[in-house]
Amino acid sequence: MHHNGSPTRILVIGGGFSGLTAGIEAAETGAEVIIVEKNPYLGGRVAQLNKYFPKICPPLCGLEINFRRIKVNPKITFYTMAQVESISGGPGDYTVNIKINPRYVNSNCTACNACYEACPVEIDSEFNFGLNKTKVIHLPFEQSFPLRYVVDRKSCPKDCPAPCIEACKYNAIDFNLQSETIEIKVDSIILATGWKPYDASKIDNLGFGNVKNVITNMMLERLASKNGPTGGQILRPSDGKPVEKIAFVQCAGSRDENHLPFCSYICCLASLKHALYLKEQNPDAEVFIYYIDIRTPGRYEKFYNQLKEQGGVNLIKGKVAAIEQDPESDDVIVTVEDMLNFRKIKQKVDMVVLATGMQPEGLEFKVPGIKYAIDGFVIEADGIYSAGCAKNPMDVAGCGKDSTGAALKAIQIGGRR
Amino acid sequence: MEKKIGLYICKGCGIGEVVNTEKIVNIAKNALRVPVVAEHEILCSGEGIELIKKDIAEQGINSIVIAGCSPRVKTYEFNFPGCFVERVPVRELAIWTIESQEEQQQAAEDYIKMGVIKAQKGEIPEPYKIDINKTILVVGGGVSGMTAALEAAKAGYDAVLVEKEAELGGFARKLYKVVPTDDYTKGVLSDVNLEPLINEVTSHPKIKVFTSSKIDRIEGQPGDFDVTISKNGSTETIKSGAIIQATGWKPYDAKKLSKKYGYGKFKDVVTNYEFEEIAKKNNGIIKRPSDDRVVKTVLFVQCAGQRDPEHIPYCSGMCCATTLKQARYVTDGNPDATAMVIYKDMRTPGKLEYYYKEAQNAPGMMLAKGEVIGIREEYDKLIVTVENSLLGEQVDLETEMVVLATGMVPTTKEPQDYLIGLASAAAKSDDEKAKYLETTKKPEFILNLAYRQGPELPFLEGGFGFADSNFICFQYETRRTGIYAVGPVRQPMNMTEAKEDARGAALKAIQCIEHVANGMAVHPRAWDTSYPEPNLTKCTACKRCTEECPFGAIDEDEKGIPFYKPNRCRRCGTCMGACPERIVSFKDYSVDMIGTMLKNVSVPSEDDRPRIIVLCCENDAFPATETAALNRLKLDPAVRFIQLRCLGSMNLVWIADALSRGVDGMLLLGCKFGENYQCHFAKGSELAKYRLGKVQETLDRLQLESDRVQMYELAIDEYWRVPEIITEFMDKIREIGPNPFKGF
Repeated sequence: MHHNGSPTRILVIGGGFSGLTAGIEAAETGAEVIIVEKNPYLGGRVAQLNKYFPKICPPLCGLEINFRRIKVNPKITFYTMAQVESISGGPGDYTVNIKINPRYVNSNCTACNACYEACPVEIDSEFNFGLNKTKVIHLPFEQSFPLRYVVDRKSCPKDCPAPCIEACKYNAIDFNLQSETIEIKVDSIILATGWKPYDASKIDNLGFGNVKNVITNMMLERLASKNGPTGGQILRPSDGKPVEKIAFVQCAGSRDENHLPFCSYICCLASLKHALYLKEQNPDAEVFIYYIDIRTPGRYEKFYNQLKEQGGVNLIKGKVAAIEQDPESDDVIVTVEDMLNFRKIKQKVDMVVLATGMQPEGLEFKVPGIKYAIDGFVIEADGIYSAGCAKNPMDVAGCGKDSTGAALKAIQIGGRR
Repeated sequence: MEKKIGLYICKGCGIGEVVNTEKIVNIAKNALRVPVVAEHEILCSGEGIELIKKDIAEQGINSIVIAGCSPRVKTYEFNFPGCFVERVPVRELAIWTIESQEEQQQAAEDYIKMGVIKAQKGEIPEPYKIDINKTILVVGGGVSGMTAALEAAKAGYDAVLVEKEAELGGFARKLYKVVPTDDYTKGVLSDVNLEPLINEVTSHPKIKVFTSSKIDRIEGQPGDFDVTISKNGSTETIKSGAIIQATGWKPYDAKKLSKKYGYGKFKDVVTNYEFEEIAKKNNGIIKRPSDDRVVKTVLFVQCAGQRDPEHIPYCSGMCCATTLKQARYVTDGNPDATAMVIYKDMRTPGKLEYYYKEAQNAPGMMLAKGEVIGIREEYDKLIVTVENSLLGEQVDLETEMVVLATGMVPTTKEPQDYLIGLASAAAKSDDEKAKYLETTKKPEFILNLAYRQGPELPFLEGGFGFADSNFICFQYETRRTGIYAVGPVRQPMNMTEAKEDARGAALKAIQCIEHVANGMAVHPRAWDTSYPEPNLTKCTACKRCTEECPFGAIDEDEKGIPFYKPNRCRRCGTCMGACPERIVSFKDYSVDMIGTMLKNVSVPSEDDRPRIIVLCCENDAFPATETAALNRLKLDPAVRFIQLRCLGSMNLVWIADALSRGVDGMLLLGCKFGENYQCHFAKGSELAKYRLGKVQETLDRLQLESDRVQMYELAIDEYWRVPEIITEFMDKIREIGPNPFKGF
């Protein structure tokens, strides 16, 4: 791929699991890679996960190795808090403008935490889906890379005396930083923009936002995480009660023409995993999973069996008709049509988890110069490839394969130059 | 070049407030004889970096010890090309985790001393470089293999494709139509279009195709494999740099299925595989086998054998979509026809859901969840009894023909089963082994690797015979460097997925070749240019290294003398840990280096001030410890952490060295092992545990309690457990009492 003496140059849009994989794998063949990430940290969606199915192992384990591969590889450049503004040209000769937004904390930061202690303003933690508070100046999370604080500038009160600046001994905080736009030239582009959780409040009958203690699967990941809002205890949000009875509503938005018409691939496995989280904390917990089909393809069937072996797990093929507040408590009442037994069930539980699906970022947020299908997934072109959930809903393992394949397509372009 | 060390102590982030750095400067200068020692208020500042750069330029400093923060911060600041750089996280390990000033001082001294020793003992490695061949060998000429070869060729690499059949195409050759790749609005059945792919492969100038051929033998190492290919009795040896195994799958033997399906009893019960042949033979007209009559009703039974512990415990992934496709053979163009599908769960993940939607809306299609409990014949019809379905508790469905959706068995399963049987027989006795060899039919091997650890890719526990990776994050990891499995031999998958997978494997093969060309390791130490250099004159041929290497990197001659194949090596150091003679070293990592470091840790003479050394994995347990520090969790001041590449590199001599000096206990923190292992070197932490089983002997010799050495499994996110584990261990140590060697 070293053609005319110069390595292939690849732009990877998105620094989550897929983007990191595509970028690093390509760079380790000798290509020059630029990764653009909109968050202040790399790792994307998986950084918010407690564990992966089916091994119940921490996502940080693989991220750590990938961060290390980035740190030692001079062929990889990455920009956080950045987004692509325009793409022009064609395969072998793209010109891309990238806007880099200010972090307001420069490279002097030593992650000493003095600024956080000084900051007087609490805000909802976006990383924890608003389940707890953080401060305006904060570290995205403990093992984030880069390990540098960031300021949520729009939340700074106008009259704040900025004690953070005073507290920082290293002149790391700079409110005069401005956004800048850089221009780069690349041979090929990989779209790895991933997904976001489908907005559950759009699903009228499932009560999200109206009924207490109805949360999403991604919120449960944060509740189960040791570095999450509850220190890893699965407590229901309204009153902090340990959860003993839980209901999972599968396909909350997915496989539904009115919401996401496709299957989001991961939600069955995620709910099975969530049931295991709860069972580990409370072996007597009762779990109800309402599903259309349990989709655990390939070797994942073993994981499904592992869950079925647990007592107190009820798998019910059924459609959830309504989710309502118990009039006398913070409990939730789920009304379900049990399709195999031709009956209607009303089940009272402590908490309901909506297995909300993956909305491809491309549905609402389109990278200029890229074509998208009506469902929001990227349409590939010669020189422009997609990787992971920007292409099709898939699990982390699938993203790994897909992104490595995308890296190959991207390096081929340089050889054609 | 002569080594000249510079030690730079940062006083920022509170270090200077609690640590008497001047004292450490004196120790370094006088006791450790470090030629250049400096301290700075903020070493990471421009001024601090300039100070170091100036010393490099003016004083010829080439080994730099930075005592300050962890490289998790200031990752790029302390970058001095051509210099050996060691970062000592004094801030995290001595300041943030320890409370008393006296203990903080002692810890800072110990860690800095160890950092200096590392710099004294370590060298910048010279890469291992040999003449390499960049050809990629692809074994298996189906869609996966052809795609891998073609995509590698398009990236500029030569490929050799070896197929055992007379023609390329593999399983796809049997298909009448395929499920479209992506867009289902343009039709639900696509042409197989195999010929254009075959033509592209066979006519590509960079691809050489061997049909009717097999691999007789593969020896060597990445970048330098000698591959012997046999064809019609003659052989040819070619050179190759990396290997892709794309040998696919076989359908599960339907004769083994439960009698309730009536396969073999009723002629019109066929497998999905046979149904494909029927459709192809008559160009889409479905004629049933018993009387060659064109049928109007076909019933498909999903999971015939799959998801069944007695047969195929896993889901084959592709059968649901395949059945939806085959149902279209029946209904498309025939308004009177009916296709019934009885499934457990309809599995069409992702955008395949659209394909399912198309089927649900198609006339003549009936899809229902249910359990088939029996099939019988009545006149010229088959009656299928279905339970627990959406159709009612028990119903009889009449059909002219039944298709059983059987699943895929990887071609690796048979050789694997045979080799596992052989290994367990050999473990019992030589007689058992001889008996096994005599009585068990040897299946055809695929790769025939001339490796000491066996001829095929190692089996994955719980992998059902698939040549799969255990890593979620690193899909192409195998325990044979430079050999990548792809397609349905790796995981159950459909053809679209297999094509994408083939690209991934081709990328990994290219990457491996480029890394070995530069003398670098491949994943997970992709940057590493060090490699094991055994001093074989002292080798006793004990075979521990050749047996324990998780990657089969070491062969041996008939006397048991090892032959290291550096390009197969992943640089975990398991061989270094295994060797009782301590003869295996890396330029920047050795038994002597770590041994000297731990021998120089202070051992307080007071009985109530224990000293503990923690050997921990640098990939997981150590980052967890640093995260504990970032959270300001406090640890017992007795501990001193030493990072290892992998716990598998832990040599028992270190335990003897430390304990005989009066260290009160040794704690080992490694990754989770067992079936769901997290160890990046597959077996490293497990081997450490195994070796620890033998430590008793050492401890007995020293007349010490075995509880003084313990191992815990610790994942990277379990930072909160670090103080818990240490407290638990310290309680134990205090209970046992001080090491009697203390003070000697």
